[in-house]
Amino acid sequence: MSVLLWGILPYVMVAVFVGGLIWRYRYDQFGWTTRSSQLYESRLLRIGSPLFHFGILVVVIGHVVGLFIPQEWTAAVGVTEDLYHLLALGLGTVAGIATLVGVGILVYRRRTTGPVFMATTKNDKTMYVVLVAAIIAGLATTVISVFGPHEEVTYRDTVSPWFRSLFILQPDIQAMSEASFAFQLHTVVGMLLFLIWPFTRLVHAFTAPVHYLFRPYIIYRSRDGRPSASRGIRRGWTAVGTPDRTSDRRVPGPGPNAVPGPGNPGAGARRKDRTGGGTR
Amino acid sequence: MRVMAQMGMVMNLDKCIGCHTCSVTCKQAWTNRAGTEYVWFNNVETRPGQGYPRRYEDQEKWRGGWELNGRGRLKLRTGSRLKRLLTIFSSPVQPKLEDYYEPWTYDYQTLIDAPLGDDFPVARPKSLITGEDTKITWSANWDDDLGGASEMGHLDPVVEKVRRESEDAIKFQFEQTFMFYLPRICEHCLNPSCMASCPSGAIYKREEDGIVLVDQDRCRGWRQCITGCPYKKIYFNHRTGKAEKCTLCYPRLEVGLPTVCSETCVGRLRYLGLFLYDADKVTEAASTPDEQDLYEAQLDLMLDPDDPEVIRAAREQDIPDDWMDAARRSPVYALAKKYRVALPLHPEYRTMPMVWYIPPLSPIVDLLRDQGHDAESAGTLFGAIEALRIPVEYLAELFTAGDTDLVTGVLRKLAAMRAYLRDITLDRERDESIPASVGMSGATMYEMYRLLAIAKYEERYVIPTAHYERAHELEELGCSLDFDGGPYEIGESGPFGEASGRPAPVAVETYQALRDRQTAGEAASSESLRGRVNLLNWDGNGAPTGLFPPRGEPDAPADEPAGDAPGGRR
Repeated sequence: MSVLLWGILPYVMVAVFVGGLIWRYRYDQFGWTTRSSQLYESRLLRIGSPLFHFGILVVVIGHVVGLFIPQEWTAAVGVTEDLYHLLALGLGTVAGIATLVGVGILVYRRRTTGPVFMATTKNDKTMYVVLVAAIIAGLATTVISVFGPHEEVTYRDTVSPWFRSLFILQPDIQAMSEASFAFQLHTVVGMLLFLIWPFTRLVHAFTAPVHYLFRPYIIYRSRDGRPSASRGIRRGWTAVGTPDRTSDRRVPGPGPNAVPGPGNPGAGARRKDRTGGGTR
Repeated sequence: MRVMAQMGMVMNLDKCIGCHTCSVTCKQAWTNRAGTEYVWFNNVETRPGQGYPRRYEDQEKWRGGWELNGRGRLKLRTGSRLKRLLTIFSSPVQPKLEDYYEPWTYDYQTLIDAPLGDDFPVARPKSLITGEDTKITWSANWDDDLGGASEMGHLDPVVEKVRRESEDAIKFQFEQTFMFYLPRICEHCLNPSCMASCPSGAIYKREEDGIVLVDQDRCRGWRQCITGCPYKKIYFNHRTGKAEKCTLCYPRLEVGLPTVCSETCVGRLRYLGLFLYDADKVTEAASTPDEQDLYEAQLDLMLDPDDPEVIRAAREQDIPDDWMDAARRSPVYALAKKYRVALPLHPEYRTMPMVWYIPPLSPIVDLLRDQGHDAESAGTLFGAIEALRIPVEYLAELFTAGDTDLVTGVLRKLAAMRAYLRDITLDRERDESIPASVGMSGATMYEMYRLLAIAKYEERYVIPTAHYERAHELEELGCSLDFDGGPYEIGESGPFGEASGRPAPVAVETYQALRDRQTAGEAASSESLRGRVNLLNWDGNGAPTGLFPPRGEPDAPADEPAGDAPGGRR
């Protein structure tokens, strides 16, 4: 069991994650979007979304520091164990709670605002379950290590060495097996999240537009530079009032109105309605 | 000097009757899909009125376009790049659906399915967003023809501004008021703020013709462009999560056809043609300190296609000769720069918009006629333009950043043209002092009249075809295409059965055939299909070669139309 979870699953996860991202990037540029629902509702989004996103950014930084930097290094710089934990837990708790509250607001909004709920796919729902589970499990590890019984071995002696050992292809299964159940649960859910990541809307994180800071404002592009309509096209336009929009009502079927129309470049005429539920 | 070509449009507002045909045909062509129900790439607003989306001109609120910072340099109204990235998780001032309107349909099925009863069944309005019953409270042209102006007229941002700045308030008593229609499409700006706002760099301007497009593959739905565009002419497709905008019907323009809105315009008020401009000077012109000088600065960017130096520079930029020829015959250049009667919409946004408007003289003419004056005589008209401050101030807020002298000048030209032409039409002696009073010669004024009043299809739309011979061949013949996904075949089924694999792209061929069909007398040519017939393009005229398998005698002329073929003519 340990071998499966801590020795094999991580590599499966990496393979699916990286392979999936590459596949999606090559074949589903059109589906690669945030699918923002701000048009439907923006009052709750204005609070929830920044709370969640900034929270999770801090959490990511925390993970990187906690997992990558060995205990000896911080000790060498003069950061004592207690100071490190105070910082990590303080910052981690604040960021974790912000993330949880943020995602809570977003899920509440998604459930209660009619149009937003209608625009929510099965894919989204699955993703939310895994995401929230990962956040809760993660926050639980933090809370337990603050208020729970004091343990001699912390994650810096168990999870982190295991994590670093993965990169040299010699997984330290023993170290991870000694971690507490909360950490193990969080790790497994986290891996699950990364497994489904490439196939959900979460992919937008990988096209975070940092290059915006450096590009010129006005962009010229030649028509010949890139045949506008011959790029890989996956999704189709759907006609107004199609079945998935009028889910539980009488549906006259796509009918003659469902003729795909031409869209903007790169999304030219589609022969077939190809919109599946969420990502494909 | 870096000469670039820009496809531009001029709309003569005097001719707009507000029939919305342009909007409807545009919607049928481009935005009749789920996710774009509320989207009108082309819309017609009644002014004074709030417009679509409501009060989009209130940039204090929506923060669209550019402004000058303390050092006199251009910056987006939404702030610095970093600030925009930090607010990316929830775009601060994006219009909500209710600022446009909630699209709806009617439950027509009830009319057919309702059980027999005493009451007539009713088709209730259903929201296209939630699918629930809805109450229709607004639409893209809810205040059409000043509907509700007595209650909501003051909500027009331009009215607000004019009221603030002038002592005499705009009255919404109908006998005193004025009204005109303002059709709006994307401005295809020279200095587009939507493009500058786009974090992904998905919005681009085509080098060849200046059309501003959204790359649907690169757009990631960050929504910054919607805030960035001061005209609110970029829309968010809430189904695909991507931004969409007016394409100036680029597939039609590429084969020399006018845009759908122009083609179907009942009043024939739209003109399409090329501008040549100096791309190196755009930023400088857009940074002109005084807002009221922006019109002149924009006009100075437009280059004279007859100037030998411009011609030489255009050669260096590989602008083809037929494009130069089209630029010389361009009606939009003539109206904007030669006659100087077309004005840009809201130059104060500093985006250098490329859809120009000839301000309407008709509110003034109508008023004079109603009061029993001679609405055709130069003296009366000139006097009225001076006296009727409110329409002039309103127009100035729209077209010249508040410079009433400019608007007055244009209106005087239009008034002079009316008076001068009346003498010609009635075979009276021409009064050359009339054109002279607005700084034009009689001959020029007559030319302007020809262009404004009786220009034919070919004169209104001077559209050079695109030079994509190579790309065209590739697409049409279905050869393998070189791109990062590797070669693929057009028209063949993929490995997983019918229509699997990559779908065929929108074919240039379709638009070529459309043009052939519209301009040719006989059935559309099918040469390029190597003996096969594209049934989608077949207009029912006769039996083109390849429609049926050959009979016994191969020399029988199969492409002879079955009868007279009127369908091919317009």
